Amino acid sequence: MMKHVWTRPLLAGVLCLLGASAFAQQTVPANTPAAAPAAQAPAAPAAQAPAAPVAQAPAALPPGSPLIGRPDNNPAAAKLAPVPAPPLAAAADKIPLDKLKAPKGFTLELYASGMPNARSLAISDKGTVFVGSRLQDKVYAITNKDGKRQVHVLVSGLYRPNGVAFKDGTLYIAELSQISKIEHVDDKIDTSPKPTVIYSDLPKDEAHGWKFMAIGPDNKLYLEVGQPGNNVLHDKDHGQLRRINLDGSGAEVVAFGVRHSVGFDWNPKSKELYFTDNGRDWLSEDLPNDKLNRVTKVGQDFGEPYCHQGNIPDNEFGWGHSCSEFVPPVGLMGPHAAALGMRFYTGTTFPAEYRDQIFVARHGSWNRTNKFGGDIALVKLNKDGTVKSVEPFITGFLENNNYIGRPVDVMNMPDGSMLISDDWNGAVYRLSYGPSKTAGR
Amino acid sequence: MAKSSGRGRCAALGFFVTGRMRPARQSAVALVFGCLVALPTAAQTVQERLPICLACHGEKGQSTLPDVPSLGGQQAFYVTVQLLMFRERMRVADPMNDMAKGLTDDDLRSFADIFVKQPPPQPDAGAVDDARMQRAQALVVQNRCNFCHTPSFAGQDNVPRIADQREDYLVKALRGYKDNSRHGYDASMADVMAPITDEQILDLAYYIARVK
Repeated sequence: MMKHVWTRPLLAGVLCLLGASAFAQQTVPANTPAAAPAAQAPAAPAAQAPAAPVAQAPAALPPGSPLIGRPDNNPAAAKLAPVPAPPLAAAADKIPLDKLKAPKGFTLELYASGMPNARSLAISDKGTVFVGSRLQDKVYAITNKDGKRQVHVLVSGLYRPNGVAFKDGTLYIAELSQISKIEHVDDKIDTSPKPTVIYSDLPKDEAHGWKFMAIGPDNKLYLEVGQPGNNVLHDKDHGQLRRINLDGSGAEVVAFGVRHSVGFDWNPKSKELYFTDNGRDWLSEDLPNDKLNRVTKVGQDFGEPYCHQGNIPDNEFGWGHSCSEFVPPVGLMGPHAAALGMRFYTGTTFPAEYRDQIFVARHGSWNRTNKFGGDIALVKLNKDGTVKSVEPFITGFLENNNYIGRPVDVMNMPDGSMLISDDWNGAVYRLSYGPSKTAGR
Repeated sequence: MAKSSGRGRCAALGFFVTGRMRPARQSAVALVFGCLVALPTAAQTVQERLPICLACHGEKGQSTLPDVPSLGGQQAFYVTVQLLMFRERMRVADPMNDMAKGLTDDDLRSFADIFVKQPPPQPDAGAVDDARMQRAQALVVQNRCNFCHTPSFAGQDNVPRIADQREDYLVKALRGYKDNSRHGYDASMADVMAPITDEQILDLAYYIARVK
């Protein structure tokens, strides 16, 4: 239990009394701040009635609005809006771990809790797990010393620091519009290190501006610059995956036509980049699907906003284009599913059928009456790297059409287990095969 | 837990700040705020702290201070988020950052639960400029304020109740979102405010402060 510590000296109390009397002398009754003209007017039109008819047509919504494309006067659609994440982390004993279901033989435990809005994951060579956040201003560090696990706030005061990546002692952090680094981060866990900015040639849009980031087999930082809105014709600086060198130089677009990718990884065999991409809102309840894409050549275009899920031309921007101009997805991840973090399983402790297959955190839909997703999906691949199947693997985050947790990212651990982050509960879980060996809490 | 030594003075202060005021309000408010920040001297429970909150936010959460919002009937989710943002300095606004310092997560929830149970503010009883109300209502429809804030402006979850909020506070909040000096929990308001002019802000605040 934290104590409330107040350090103001007594002098302030004296000031207080002075202030109060000065205030009392200056207080005079006054009208409302903006004095209204004398005219006695009838009451305003009843606010209860939804959008009373007014001659003026609604203004264009701001390009970043999640309401763009919402049909007017449809009561079912009017109920749908992005689901706000709880601002506080759930207490460890309130996390609904017993409601999450993994296939037989797998064990799911609480790895760490108390990290509000826990998002992307990275791990250092010393085993420290870094956790980014989107709605908080923090990057957390989970240390493991002598079997004792501890959560630290590594850095505060960041702006939407969703992305984290680690290489050779250095942690890289992706905020909304800049990339920074902390060298020798493992030696600085409790020293409030100040990140050094290495790259800031990025737009500042809020919509789809938060970033996933990872380091590729070519030792470059890969990051996303999302489309700045639900469905917008974006300029050349948006709607793409970029890569930069570890010092921030040499920026290059890797993939175009990306709407909003919050997860990617490289196929351990082919070294090809796979990324999830969130499909647009408000097209319909069931379409389009989120996508799993594969980059086979740098600079490929994946179609947004002209073509969705490989075969649906956009009703607004698709005119004059054909879906055949763009690279189709290798897999469909479900309608509005919010397929986010994804990694190939590279450990050896899960049964062999899971090796080099993809685990995808589906955060779950908001733009759908019956929510979809809210699970960890398993994507099985054919030998040629195309998708064989997409199946729910860990379920239970969704209960009676309400979220009790929302997975964001998955990550391989050196011991062959996987970590899963949950921004709803502010927690990280550990998925292992076989009976539990380490106590989760 | 240690008892507050500033409690009695706070209650007295609450008496002083009740009532409308206009002239020289900024310097007066600055002094009062300085005072309030100074008051708590030791660890306090939520109930012990509450008089300090009410000294500015008003009895039963009905603010009579310029630029200070009424919190009666406010959405608990929204209050929790704002207190969290004050505590973590994600939203910077004197004296709230100091007030929220050291609050536990449970404290934040408790304050939110207290304010949601207070009565919501009432529309101003004074004369109303009907033409201005109609002009503003058209703006509300045009900019879809009712989509998130709901048709009654009671709000939902992280979207605050704005119905009959203090006009000066509404102006301040809208200007803050517009010039990005106030960050929302998400970016909705910054996006929505981009095309809104300052003249329109004044009309919107006038309307929402009087909506029935």
